[in-house]
This record gives sequence, C-alpha cells and structure tokens, in this order.
Amino acid sequence: MSFLARERTVAKPGFSRWMVPPAALCIHLCIGQAYAFSVFNLPMTKLIGITKSAPDDWKLTQLGWIFSIAIFFLGASAAVFGRWVEEGGPRRAMVTAGICWSGGFVLSAIGVYAHQLWLIYVGYGVFGGIGLGLGYISPVSTLIKWFPDRPGMATGMAIMGFGGGAFIASPLSVWLMQKFSTPTHVGVAETFLCLGAIYLCFMWVGAAIVRVPPANWLPAGYKPPAAPQKLITKNDVYVYDALKTPQFWLIWWVLCLNVTAGIGVLGQASAMSQEMFPGKVTAVAAAGFVGLISLFNMLGRFFWASISDMIGRKNTYFCFFVLGTVLYILVPWTGSIGSVTLFVLCFAVILSMYGGGFSTVPAYLKDMFGTRYVGAIHGMLLTAWSAAGVLGPVLVNYIRQYQIDNGVPKAQAYNTTMYIMAGLLVIGFICNALIKAVHHRFHMKPDHEAERAAAEVAAAGDPAGA
Amino acid sequence: MSNDNHGTTTLHLVLAWGFVGIPLVWGVLQTLINATALFR
Repeated sequence: MSFLARERTVAKPGFSRWMVPPAALCIHLCIGQAYAFSVFNLPMTKLIGITKSAPDDWKLTQLGWIFSIAIFFLGASAAVFGRWVEEGGPRRAMVTAGICWSGGFVLSAIGVYAHQLWLIYVGYGVFGGIGLGLGYISPVSTLIKWFPDRPGMATGMAIMGFGGGAFIASPLSVWLMQKFSTPTHVGVAETFLCLGAIYLCFMWVGAAIVRVPPANWLPAGYKPPAAPQKLITKNDVYVYDALKTPQFWLIWWVLCLNVTAGIGVLGQASAMSQEMFPGKVTAVAAAGFVGLISLFNMLGRFFWASISDMIGRKNTYFCFFVLGTVLYILVPWTGSIGSVTLFVLCFAVILSMYGGGFSTVPAYLKDMFGTRYVGAIHGMLLTAWSAAGVLGPVLVNYIRQYQIDNGVPKAQAYNTTMYIMAGLLVIGFICNALIKAVHHRFHMKPDHEAERAAAEVAAAGDPAGA
Repeated sequence: MSNDNHGTTTLHLVLAWGFVGIPLVWGVLQTLINATALFR
C-alpha cells in the first residue's frame, strides 16, 4: 500500500488530534506566500537594468498577470481536483501540492534566469496556482472530521495560516534577495529556488504528520446533539448533487460578495490611505497600514470561525454583512474628519471579516452538505474567490479613476466605491437570509453510498488493500 | 515516516506547534514593528 494512500494515514490509538492543525498550517503558511508575491514585482522590473528599468525589462502591468493567473488556477484546480483530494486523502494531496508549488518556483527561477516571462506565467501562475488550490482544500475536511465539536475553530486555524504566510514570506524574500543581489545582478532567481526548496520541505513535513480519524471516531466526551438542528445536517450530499442545490449557489454569492468587498480594498490599501489623508499618511506609514490590516485579515480567520461555532454560521455572516455595511458607510466620514485612527479601525474590522468569510465557509458547507464531500464542495466554491478577485479590484480601481476623471478630489475619490461596497454587502445579507436547510431529496442514501464505495474500490484495483 | 506511532507525546506537540508557530510569530512581530510608523 502506498505511503500516500488514505488508508496509511488513518490514525492509530493514542494519536492526538492537536497534531493535525500544525500539519495543516505547514501547508497554508507556505501557500500564503501568494499574498506577498508583490515584493518581487519591482525587482523583476529591473532584471536587465539592475538600478532602473531598461527598455527590455518587464513592465508592472505584465507582471501583474502572474498573481492573477495563480489565483485563477487556485479556484479552477480546487474545483476540478476537489473530489480527487477528498477521496485520495490529505497526504497524497499535500505531497502533490508541495511538488506543484515548489516546481512553480523552480520554473519561475528558470524564467527569470532566461528572461522568459511566459515561463513564470506557467511556473508560478499555472503550476503554483494548482499547488495553491490543492494545498488550500487538502487539510480542510480532515480538520472538520477531527473537530466535529469545533469545526469552525479548526478550519479557522488552518486558513489563518494562509493569511499569515505573507508575514513570513515578505521579510524572508526581501532578506534572500539582499543576500543574492550583486551590483550586476538582482537575486530574484536564487530567491525563487531557495523558497521552492524551503516550501517543499515544510509542506512535506505537514504531509508526513497529517492523519485522518478512524471511521466513526468521536472526541472523548463529545456527544453529537441529539435533537436535530435546523441548519446542521447529519446527512451527506454528493459533491455534484450539491451543485444542484440553491444553498450552494447562495453560499457562493455570500462568499463572493464578502470577498469582493475586502479584496478590492486590500489591493489598493496603500494608495487609498495616502490619498485620503494627504500629508498625514506617508509611504512608510501606508506600508505599515497594509501590514496591520493584513494582520487583522489573519486574526479574523481564527476569531470569526471560532465565534461561528458558538453563534452559528448564518449569524456570523449576518454580522459580516451588517457590521461591514455600517463600516463601509463610515469610511468616507473618517476621511472628512481627518481621523486616521478611526479609518484604520474601520478597515481593521472590515479585513478581519474578509478573512473570517474564508475561514467560516468550510464549516457552513459542512453544516449544509455533511462531512463526506465537504472538501470537494469547498473546492467548487472557491471559484467565487476567483470571480471576486477580478470583480473587487476592478470596482475599486475603475470607479476611483472615473471619479478623478470627473474632477472629484483624490481624497474623496473612494467615497462612491465605499457606498457600492456597502451595497454589495446588503445583497450578501439577502443571499444569506435566503439560505435554508438542504432538501432531503439531495441526501445520499446508504445503498447509494455503498454502491459508490464498491465502484471506487474496483476503480482503484486494490480490493485487498495490499 | 510511517504511521506506526504509539501515541502522541507532549514533545511531539511542542515540536509540531513550534515548527509552524515560531516562523509565524517572527513574521507577525516584523509586521507590528513596521506598523508603528502609522501612528508615529
């Protein structure tokens, strides 16, 4: 039996479930580097010119596509390979994610060395993006199965790692580039190679540690609620049947709208803070602002997902949409009174809810569709992230430009955008309010499940489990 | 690494959490230091 097979990852008696969150964090802290990719943008525009961009150097607009391609392939691969991840087990998925993610860095290093941008698009964008997608969803359903008593907190811990990965990658990348750079050479290629090697080791350690619980395992002392809960099913829904339910698409919109509002701000946070507070917020302070709201993005992932275990997923999203709407409406006012502190506070809470939206959604899916295919369904749902990744920045950037072109002062150019974001959150509130329990006709029947399991064993060609 | 362990010890937990926790705390501290410029 392969070391990577799901059967080899079933925990033996005495295994502590608290070993699984670090395994998940090993993956998410690495792939979270994606949020820090922008540290390479400027150095990559000077690969030929070294001190300043030469005519043959790459432009920022060309480099911007690297991140966009990676995020597109994150959503696409999570959707396409979700079922494979779920059925093959977390270890196989984590090892594959590590190979794709690190391989992407190696290809990109070759691309930098040979000055071939398409190699970076394929390397970091396509292979790295697939590594992102596989890595993002691989530990989620495993954690939900280990923590049936606190699924929100468990997935919150892992997905918090995705937000935290940038905090490690950003200073590490800058330090490595300084080490490898010379007066005639920018050390980007060597930095990519080092990062690839470090991430491969880290992710494979996570793959070695991870375990799945034995069938029907429950934590000591935990008794599943006897009385049926309206919005928490005890049944499972098959991955492709979930797509036929209105609940899946309502949650898709809930995630998409919540992310759209936050991601647009994240991308423009530095410029926005400087333009809304001219003379008060310097470039250095703006960088600090970006770091601070990224920190709240990370902490919100754990905080809100843990809160959702107490107040329920639906109520948690109601909090995001109500509080978010109020705060977005308040932002222009903070600018008008010149209060940087209130401005920072508003965005700190907004970004905590942006992160919270990501980390609460796996548990929401588990409540709706059961644990059996939650990883695969989560993979499908991540297409909402890809859509929001386009929608959010486009909304913020184009509306700002339109305002400025029409003579609105830069300090007020974001006001309309903030009101539109608040409007999006109101639509999100309505979508969330429409979510009801999944109709029982979508639930997997016991014979249906046995039939499918038999087909899977036959397809695997490993009936003896040798 | 095989799956033939005989239970998780406290040392296993400390090592596993330290492996991910130390880099994360270091990164967060760096960020907080940079963020102080915002309120100077």
